Amino acid sequence: MSEQGIPGTTMEPADGPQPETGPRKFVLNMGPQHPSTHGVLRLMIDLDGETVVRCQPEIGYLHTGIEKEFEVKTYQQAVTLTDRVDYLAPLSMNLGWCLAVEKLLGLEIPPQAQWMRVMLTELTRLNSHLVWLGTHAMDIGAMSVFLYCFREREDILRIFEMFSGQRMMTSYFRIGGLALEPPRGWHERVKKFIDVFPSRVDEYENLLTNNRIWIGRTRGVGFIPLEDMLDLGVTGPMLRAAGLKIDARKDEPYTSYEKFDFEVPTRTENDIYARYLVRVEEMRQSARIVVQAMEGMPAGPWKADDPHVVLPDREKMKTQMEALIYHFKIVTEGFRVPEGEVYQVIESPRGELGFYVVSNGTPIPYRVHMRTPSFGNLQATSKMVEGSLIADLIASIGSMDFVLGDTDR
Amino acid sequence: MAAAVEAFDGDAITAARLDRGELTLEIRPAKIGSVCGFLKHDQGFVRLSTVTAVDRYPGEPRFEVVYHLHSIERKERVRLKCRLGGGDPAIESVTSVWRSANWYEREVFDLFGIRFLNHPDLRRIMMPDDWEGHPLRKDYPVTGSRV
Repeated sequence: MSEQGIPGTTMEPADGPQPETGPRKFVLNMGPQHPSTHGVLRLMIDLDGETVVRCQPEIGYLHTGIEKEFEVKTYQQAVTLTDRVDYLAPLSMNLGWCLAVEKLLGLEIPPQAQWMRVMLTELTRLNSHLVWLGTHAMDIGAMSVFLYCFREREDILRIFEMFSGQRMMTSYFRIGGLALEPPRGWHERVKKFIDVFPSRVDEYENLLTNNRIWIGRTRGVGFIPLEDMLDLGVTGPMLRAAGLKIDARKDEPYTSYEKFDFEVPTRTENDIYARYLVRVEEMRQSARIVVQAMEGMPAGPWKADDPHVVLPDREKMKTQMEALIYHFKIVTEGFRVPEGEVYQVIESPRGELGFYVVSNGTPIPYRVHMRTPSFGNLQATSKMVEGSLIADLIASIGSMDFVLGDTDR
Repeated sequence: MAAAVEAFDGDAITAARLDRGELTLEIRPAKIGSVCGFLKHDQGFVRLSTVTAVDRYPGEPRFEVVYHLHSIERKERVRLKCRLGGGDPAIESVTSVWRSANWYEREVFDLFGIRFLNHPDLRRIMMPDDWEGHPLRKDYPVTGSRV
C-alpha cells in the first residue's frame, strides 16, 4: 500500500463531534454495501481500540418513495406496492393493507378467506424467520445453518408459487378476499411441508441451541433495557425476548386470530440468545397455527360478496350484463372508499406493522403511511451496540432482524 | 380518554371524534408537548407508534401532523392531530417525551418540510442532504422533472 492508501478509501467521518485522533481512536464506515448489514444500511462507527464508542446508523439508501406512489394508484392496484416494502414478508404487508382498506369500507370477509389468510401469513412468518436465522447464523460463522434454512424456505416459496403464481411478490390477498381461488391440491402440499417442519426446527436447534460457539457469541450480548426499547420504538420478538408479552395477534386480534390456539413465547434474558430462542419457538407456534388453519378450513366463498369492490366471477362476467358493467367499472376506475382515516395494526414477523390510510372518498388513497417495524427497531441500534466490542456488533444488529426495504420504503 | 385530557388542560383539545372504533383528538399545536407528556406519564401511553403528516394542499390549514400512541397496559390506541398552516410550518418536537420520535420527526421534516422545534438532530433522513423540495407534499410531482 502506498502512503496515500488505496484510492477511493478515504473515509468521510460522520457529522457531529469527531473522535480525537490517536493510535486507539478510529472511525469505521460500515456499509452501505457491507454484506452483513443485510441490505444497504450504513453505520458510522467511532472506535476506541475494539470498543464501539458511538454508532450512528444512516438509512435512506433504499428509499423508493412508495408512500408517494400510493397516491396515484387505486386501492386494488396498491396491493402490489405493499409486497415490495418488506420483501421477506410480502403476505403480511398485503394483509395489513387489505385489512386497513376493508376497515374503511366496512367489508366483511368470508371465513374461508380469513382462514386462508391466517395460514399463508403464518407461512410467511416462517419464511421470514428462516431467512433471518440462516443469515444471522452465517454472520456469526455457522455457515451450514443457512443451507438448512433455505431448504425449507424453498418449500414455502413453492407453496406461494402454487397459490399465486409468484414466489416472492405474491400480491395474493386482495381487498375483499383472495386474488385467486385456492389451487387444487393445496391441502396435500401444505400438509406435506408442515408435517415435517417441526422436525426441521429440531435440526436447526441441534446445530445451534447447545452449540458452545453459538452460546459464546450470543449469550449476554446485545442487551438493551426494556424501558429503553419501549421508548425507542422497538417492537416484536425483541420485546418478547425481554419478557414483555406483546403480540398484536393476541392483543388486538384481526382476521380471526382469536379463534386459533397458540402461545406467545417470551424470555427474560434480553440478549441475542433469548431473541434466537423466541424466534425459534415462534416458528413452532406458527406451524401449529398453520395446521389448525389447514385442518379447520371452512368451506364457502373465498371473496366477499360486494359487487362494487370485488371482481365478478369470470363466468358471470361473460354471461351477465350487470356483472360485466361492474367488472368494467372496477378495472377502469377502481372503487370509491368512504371518507375517513384508519390505523390498522398487524403483527408482522418483525413487530408492529401499522397502516395509516386516509381516504377522501375517491378511488385513490389520499395518503398512506406505513409504520414499519424495521424503522422503529433500527433506532435502537446505537443504544444497543455502544460500549460493546466491534466483534459483537454484527451479531447485535443481526438479532434485530431488519429489512432495509421495510425501513426506507 | 378525551375527558381525561380535557380535565388536564381544557384549552388543548379543539375536536374529538370516534370513527370506526378509533379515537382522534385534535390538539392545539402549542400544547402538543404538554399533552403528550400527560398521556405518557399519567395515562400509560408508553409507546409512540408513529408520527406522520398529511398535506391538505390547497386547503388551509395545510398540514396535519398525526401521532399514533399506544398503551400496552390498557390495550388502547389514540390518534392526536395538530393542524399547521402552510407558510413555514413548525411544531414543538416530542423527542423529549419519547426518544422514538427522533427518526419519525426527521422523516416528516424530510418529506413534508415541517420543522420540529427543539429537535436534537433535525436532518434529512430518506433523501440526500442536498435534495431540494419535500417529496410527499401534494404540489411535488410524482413523475417527470420538478417545476
